[in-house]
Amino acid sequence: MSTSTTTSAPVAVTDKKEIEKSGGFTAAAANYLDERTSISAAVKELGRKIFPDHWSFLLGEVALYSFVIILISGTFLTFFFQASMAEVHYDGSYVPLKGVEMSVAMASTLDISFDVRGGLLMRQVHHWAALLFVAAIGLHMLRIFFTGAFRKPRELNWVIGFILFILAMAEGFTGYSLPDDLLSGNGLRIIDGMVKGMPVVGTWISFLLFGGEFPGNDIVGRLYSLHILLLPAIIVALIALHLLFVVVHKHTQYAGPGRTNQNAVGYPILPVYAAKAGGFFFIVFGVVMLIASLFTINPIWNYGPYDPSPVSAGTQPDWYIGFADGALRLIPPGLEFVWLDRTWSFNILIPLIVIGIFIVTVLIYPFIEAWITGDKREHHILDRPRNAATRTAIGAAGVTFYAGLWAAASSDIIATHFHLTMEGVIHTLQAITILGPFAAYFIAKRVCLALQKKDREIVLHGFESGRIVRLPGGEYIEVHQPIDEYERWRLVSYADFKPLMIRPDARGRITALQRLRSGLSRWFFEDRIIPVDQKEIDQAHGDHH
Amino acid sequence: MANDDNGGKDLTAADAHGARPSEASAGTAVVTRDAIGNPGFPPHRARMTDSDPTAERKAERSVYTLFYLSVVGSVWAIAAYIIFPIDAADPGSVRLNNLFIGLGLSLALLALGIGAVHWGKALMSDHEGIDIRHPVRGTEETRARAVEIFQEADQESGFGRRTLIRNSLIGALIAFPLPAVVLFRGLGPQDEDPVALLEHTMWKKGTRLAIDPSGRPIKASDVTLGSAFHVIPEGLQDLEHGKLEEKAKAAVLLMRLDPADLIEAPDRKGWSYDGIVAYSKICTHVGCPVALYEQQTHHLLCPCHQSQFDVTNHCEVIFGPAKRPLPQLPIAVDSEGYLIAQSDFTEPVGPSYWERH
Amino acid sequence: MPENRTPTAARGRKAGRRHPLASIALIAIGLLFTGGAYAAFSTSTASAETDMASQQTIEEGKKLFAANCATCHGMGAEGSEDGPSLIGVGAASVDFQVGTGRMPLQMQGPQAEQKPVQFTDEQTAALAAWVASLAPGPAIPEGELLDGEGDTANGAELFRINCAMCHNVAGAGGALTEGKFAPSLSGVSAKHIYEAMVTGPQNMPVFNDMNIKPEDKRDVITYLKYLDNNPSPGGIDLGSIGPVSEGLFLWIFGLGSIVALTVWITAKSN
Repeated sequence: MSTSTTTSAPVAVTDKKEIEKSGGFTAAAANYLDERTSISAAVKELGRKIFPDHWSFLLGEVALYSFVIILISGTFLTFFFQASMAEVHYDGSYVPLKGVEMSVAMASTLDISFDVRGGLLMRQVHHWAALLFVAAIGLHMLRIFFTGAFRKPRELNWVIGFILFILAMAEGFTGYSLPDDLLSGNGLRIIDGMVKGMPVVGTWISFLLFGGEFPGNDIVGRLYSLHILLLPAIIVALIALHLLFVVVHKHTQYAGPGRTNQNAVGYPILPVYAAKAGGFFFIVFGVVMLIASLFTINPIWNYGPYDPSPVSAGTQPDWYIGFADGALRLIPPGLEFVWLDRTWSFNILIPLIVIGIFIVTVLIYPFIEAWITGDKREHHILDRPRNAATRTAIGAAGVTFYAGLWAAASSDIIATHFHLTMEGVIHTLQAITILGPFAAYFIAKRVCLALQKKDREIVLHGFESGRIVRLPGGEYIEVHQPIDEYERWRLVSYADFKPLMIRPDARGRITALQRLRSGLSRWFFEDRIIPVDQKEIDQAHGDHH
Repeated sequence: MANDDNGGKDLTAADAHGARPSEASAGTAVVTRDAIGNPGFPPHRARMTDSDPTAERKAERSVYTLFYLSVVGSVWAIAAYIIFPIDAADPGSVRLNNLFIGLGLSLALLALGIGAVHWGKALMSDHEGIDIRHPVRGTEETRARAVEIFQEADQESGFGRRTLIRNSLIGALIAFPLPAVVLFRGLGPQDEDPVALLEHTMWKKGTRLAIDPSGRPIKASDVTLGSAFHVIPEGLQDLEHGKLEEKAKAAVLLMRLDPADLIEAPDRKGWSYDGIVAYSKICTHVGCPVALYEQQTHHLLCPCHQSQFDVTNHCEVIFGPAKRPLPQLPIAVDSEGYLIAQSDFTEPVGPSYWERH
Repeated sequence: MPENRTPTAARGRKAGRRHPLASIALIAIGLLFTGGAYAAFSTSTASAETDMASQQTIEEGKKLFAANCATCHGMGAEGSEDGPSLIGVGAASVDFQVGTGRMPLQMQGPQAEQKPVQFTDEQTAALAAWVASLAPGPAIPEGELLDGEGDTANGAELFRINCAMCHNVAGAGGALTEGKFAPSLSGVSAKHIYEAMVTGPQNMPVFNDMNIKPEDKRDVITYLKYLDNNPSPGGIDLGSIGPVSEGLFLWIFGLGSIVALTVWITAKSN
């Protein structure tokens, strides 16, 4: 699959032969294993595989490691948790809930927290790691997006990754609901209300989901099956596929001297990458552990058991569901009608549809951009965000939109903590969610173009050194420090696109689709800064000398 | 494995984009004619640990110290497990148990991780290697052979030729998962109709209003001006089954206002008693309990999505995503002075649903 | 903090120094005037060991009221456009509003907020005694109702049903409409919690003794004291405001520290 050009390969082979000859225990064990598994082929193929090094390339690893932490701590929790909604009177150690009627699920979660040594720690590790898991996926996705790492041949891996993001949120929500506490119970009630708002099927889906009327006796058990069996199985399978594609494609790299679209420059898996990535797993685990030992998360003992009558001020979902909750809060009043003797709950449908469109757009973005550029080449060199100004601006707009919805989920907290009115916060966030993306788009695009211009200046004239020199003629000039050719390469090596011209097809017609494509292409590439070429450099130098 | 010296000698800018320049369309990308060339790898910079044996020894010491520290952390965690047991009589013991086991494990994990990374960074060879990339697509021969295999399989099976077999197979594959749809009907009770259930609550004519959670009935004289009572139907706490399901529909908030503040539509004239009004506590948006009653403004606020309802005016929506007012429970007083319901709610409570009209 | 006091408050304080009186006696005076009609209504009052009413204390309260409160509430506490009538609000209400610094109001806002207390205990008691003398109302609670030795579990359940929707399940407070809010209950004295329940200050509903019985109120106080005295078993509670603070913490400090570590991991060693 890959041809390593590392010159030390032959040395390794001789080493191996020597080891085999020496006939130690390791060699015997390796031989035993290889004769039964052919593992030497995998070692040969992958052992010296190169991984480019950059901090942002570790974000996906953070997600992977959080998932492993979740699996480990979650397995521990399953040994104690009982997913039953049967009613019991709590008889554990926590005094303020003694004798209170609650479900077995809630009581067993309290037992994990108050009667199993280290149980609360594992619960907190599990929950903090879950928050980190989704957050790391989000940040990883932003890195992929803004550097254009989703381009051919990695479009399908973007799709897989995005599905993983959705599944991670589903895992989070199902897990959040399991303790059957007041907070998560009200969360489920909101889900029930949203499901009921769906046309035609809503009432029945809710009825089947909850096994009868809300809340019923079944939902915790059903979510538990999804949470510990179905969803993790799909996630593990997709992670495997995601990583397989990383191996097949080889990792992308940033532009740099010596780096081309045909090579991958970095450290080999054995030993450096294994040490760093392996060590990083323990670091991520350690950070999660430290947070879990110092900071409370989801204090279900405060929330108490689910009861349909009470509710707590500040009832919010975990952060990753916040955008959906925010959308429900931001929707303007009065959007519900009775028409044709049926209820149309647009106050629920519009948020669902808007979020649906947003998710699908993000999911298929690589294909949209590929169609606009018509670029069918493989891309292994990452874009600097400034060099893809329109994409970066689109990303900034998307982030702003998401952030507006997300902030709306904490509108009440914002109001109390900044001494504002709740109504004012909501109206402001409505404006930000709708107008903010446009502002963010224009600002980001202008900033990118300005940065590109600055790069051009630096390439052509060097850095401003801050040193003022008086010429013999009395003229003052600032000395510009020319940049070295390695630094220069980082600034000039990017792809330049020009807008698509409309041309009639073979039958001399211009289709609407082509018009659309050329319109989009103009939108993307109208404003562009052409990379500096050799002639310009020579000219610039000629001016100076 | 040091490859820096031979890299980049025939690299050009054009190479940087497009795997094989001649193969794939570049779309609207501009291939610059006079592009600047890739300068190749910069000279390798040695680390302190490469050139200075003292630094190397120091790094080595740090790494194994960190690993030993990790062992200390693990031992600490085990010791903390024993030293800080959970004592049911002492609420602070859980906190100590959590804190000290956690800190021990954090030290074990962080020291292990930082030690390994430090080893990789400072002591292992820092010469970068190079892998050559190949186009992801298979070679022409491979692809040709793959096509050939499919053709042979088609020939040998007659998949394309024997259309009747093929189409009936597709039909069978489509049909076989359908029973699952029927099976899933079993998720909900077979003999119940959700729409009928949603239309009624436990309230009926004569049901006394009782305090949540004790179930103590409420006298009209108990409800003083400015009061808010959280109410359930009397008898709810004695239900054997479906207590929470009934409560989820029947929860009511009882408030007493100055009758002069109350606007009452003619058809609801008799629904209140001397300024005492009862409204469903279940939000008409998505069903959170709307229980935040402001006794001076007479506003009810839903803490989940901030819908606001005006109690003086039939709980009409004055802010937020909800559309419909909260349903009102018509109340009266029985011969003993207790508050009773005149009937069930006259409309379904809680969030809207498709069949609601 | 004397520098924060308004001139009226400073004057009030001076007056207080001239007439130091034992607060216990004043509470008793309040109780006497509350007695009668309200006692039949309320079983919340502590045992009424009543001394003879000190007309002097009431007179003192009247003077303080005229100097500090009458601008808004009227000379006879009959109320005006700027402040409600205080006839019949009882000693408990005055003790709560003045004893937590909410009154006198510094400026008009969405609601009166807790501030440094402007009057001495004696002055507060005098004001309460005068207002209580106008008409019967809830008295200042005392005795075992405030001892925090009740049934924590019952108190927690009542708190969730009656209080948590505004004050949050952990008593951390929450938002109301138009800039109003339900304050945090951590560190609030048992007496003030009790008084707030019986009087329903500002937009808080009244929880009279038929709704939440006096012993149930004691249980609610017991639960709140339990929360005050027992820090969260999981560690630092991040304000107990729920998933918002947890999410923000995770993004800023959790992911932030991990990103910082990734930069260290990939930086070339010296």
